Amino acid sequence: MKIAIASGKGGTGKTTVTVNLALSLGDCTVLDCDVEEPDTNLYLKVPLKKLEDVYLLNPKIDKEKCELCGKCADFCRYNALARLPSEVLLFQGICNGCGGCKLVCPFDAIDEAKRNIGVIEGGEKDGIRFLRGVLSIGEARSPPVIGKLKENIRDGDVTLLDSPPGSSCPFVKTVSDCDYAILVTEPTPFGLHDLKMVMDVLDDMKIPYGVVINKHGIGDESVENYLSEKGVEILGRIPNSIKLAKLGSEGRPIIDDEPEMLKLFKDIYEKVIRGVRP
Amino acid sequence: MKEITIISGKGGTGKTSFIAAFAALSKGSVIADCDVDASNLHIILDPEDVKEEPIIGSFKASIDSKRCDLCGLCREKCRFSAIDEELRIHNELCEGCGVCEFVCPQEAISMNECEAGTLILSNTRFGWLSHVKMKSGEEGSGKLVTAVRKQARAVAGESGAETILVDGPPGIGCPVIASITGSDLAIIVCEPTLSGMHDLKRVNKLASQMKVPVAICINKSDINEEIKRQIEAYCKDMAIPILGEVPYNLDFVTSMVSGKSVVEIDSPIKGHMKGIWSGIIDMLHT
Repeated sequence: MKIAIASGKGGTGKTTVTVNLALSLGDCTVLDCDVEEPDTNLYLKVPLKKLEDVYLLNPKIDKEKCELCGKCADFCRYNALARLPSEVLLFQGICNGCGGCKLVCPFDAIDEAKRNIGVIEGGEKDGIRFLRGVLSIGEARSPPVIGKLKENIRDGDVTLLDSPPGSSCPFVKTVSDCDYAILVTEPTPFGLHDLKMVMDVLDDMKIPYGVVINKHGIGDESVENYLSEKGVEILGRIPNSIKLAKLGSEGRPIIDDEPEMLKLFKDIYEKVIRGVRP
Repeated sequence: MKEITIISGKGGTGKTSFIAAFAALSKGSVIADCDVDASNLHIILDPEDVKEEPIIGSFKASIDSKRCDLCGLCREKCRFSAIDEELRIHNELCEGCGVCEFVCPQEAISMNECEAGTLILSNTRFGWLSHVKMKSGEEGSGKLVTAVRKQARAVAGESGAETILVDGPPGIGCPVIASITGSDLAIIVCEPTLSGMHDLKRVNKLASQMKVPVAICINKSDINEEIKRQIEAYCKDMAIPILGEVPYNLDFVTSMVSGKSVVEIDSPIKGHMKGIWSGIIDMLHT
C-alpha cells in the first residue's frame, strides 16, 4: 500500500507527519520524494548508502555524420536543440531525454549519452526502510529522480511517500498510482487555498484522501468549514504549540515526547486504512 | 529598475508574508507572484483584474482508437511511462515530446496544445500585480514563471516603477531557476530549524551557481537559538549579509486572516520589517 503525504503549501508539516507516522508504525518503507530539498532523514537519521545514479539520456551529435538538416531541432518541442550554420547545439538543462531527435535523424548522427541529474540513497534502521532521491543543484527537472526513487517500492510493503510542496509535476509524479494521500494543511487562508489546488488534482486522478490539520488553533475556521462542506475526512488535528515547533526544529519526532501524539498518529493510520479504496 | 526575488528552499518560511509587507512598505513596486502552483499573494492583495490571457504550457498526446491497431510501438518508445498496457495515455505523465506521434505507423496519434493557466494583470492597493491562475496539475510551471516576470517587467517599464518584487517558489527546481534567473537580488527567508538550515544551503548554492547576489532574513528567529547561531556562522563564512531577523509571531497569521499584510496591523513586527526593507534598499543602491 502506497500512502503519499502532500500539502500544496510548503512548511505545513508533511515531513513531521511522515516521520511520526512511520515511527508509530515501525515496519514500513519511507521515500523522501522532495528531491529538491530532501529533509526527511534529518529526523529519521538512517545511515545512508548511495544506491544508484539518476541520469537522463541526452543527444550526442556526431559532427562527421551530421548534414545539418535541422530535423532534430524542428522535432524538439522543448527547443533544446538549435541548428547553427556550422553545428547543431544542445542546451543540456532543457533536454528531457525523450529520444525523439535520435529517432528523426535521417543520417544516424545522433547517439545518446548519460547525464547525471541526481542520486538515489537508502538504508534501514529499526525496521524502517528509508530511501531518498537527491536532485543535483542546478538541475531543473525533479520528476525523473522521483520516478527512479519510486522504482524501489516493493509490493506488499506499507510505503509512505513524503511529497514535495506545490501542485504541479513533482507532486503529481509522487502521488501518481498511490492508494491514498494524506494532505497536511494549516488552518489559514494560505493553507486552504493551496489545499484546494491539490484536492482538485487528486479528484482528477481519482486518488482518495483525508486531511491532517497542523498548527490547529491558529488562523480561522475556513479550512474546517470547507472540509465539512465537501465531506472530506479530517484524519487528525495537531495542536499549534511552541514546544512541538522546538522539537521539530531539532529534528526530534514529536511522538517521543508526547504520548498523546503517538495515539493521534495511530488513529490517523487506522482512518487511512479505512479510506483506501478496496 | 531592480528585480528582487524571495526564495527559501524550504516551504512555509514566510516568503509571501514578507513580500506582502515589502509591497506595502515600498509603495508603487510591481509585484510578481511566481509561486505559481501555490500562489497566495492575491489573498492579501485583493486584486482587481484588468487583463487576462491564456498561456499554452505544453502539448499532450491523444490516440484515435479508430485508427490504432494496438501495435504498442508508442508505449515501447515513450520514456515517461505515459502510455499504459491498454494503450491509454496518462495525461499527468505525458511530457508532450511527440515521440509517440512520430513512431505510430497508423498515424493514430496527435499532439494537442494544453492551456497551462491564465496570465493575469491586476491592480492592487500597493501597485500592479502580475500573477497566474494555474490549471490544476499542469506542468510547465517554469513557463508560467517566465510569463509572469515578463509581464511584470513590461508593466514596470511602462509605469516607471523602480522595483519588481518577485515571490518565488520553494525548492531548487525549474520554477525556482526561472524565478531567479537574471534577478538583481535573491532574498532567502530561512528559519532556524535543521531542515531550514539544510535547505538554505542548497538554495544558496543554486543562487551562487547562477551568479545572483544573495541576502538572508531569519524568520521565527527565536525558535532555536543554537541553530540560529549556526546559520549566522554559515552566513559569515559565505559572506552573505543578514538583513535582519523576525521572532516567532502569530501576527502574520492574524493579518493574513483579515486580508492584510503584517505592516498594516498594529504589530511589533512592523519595525522589524521596516528595518529589513531599508537594508534591501541600501543593498540595491550600493
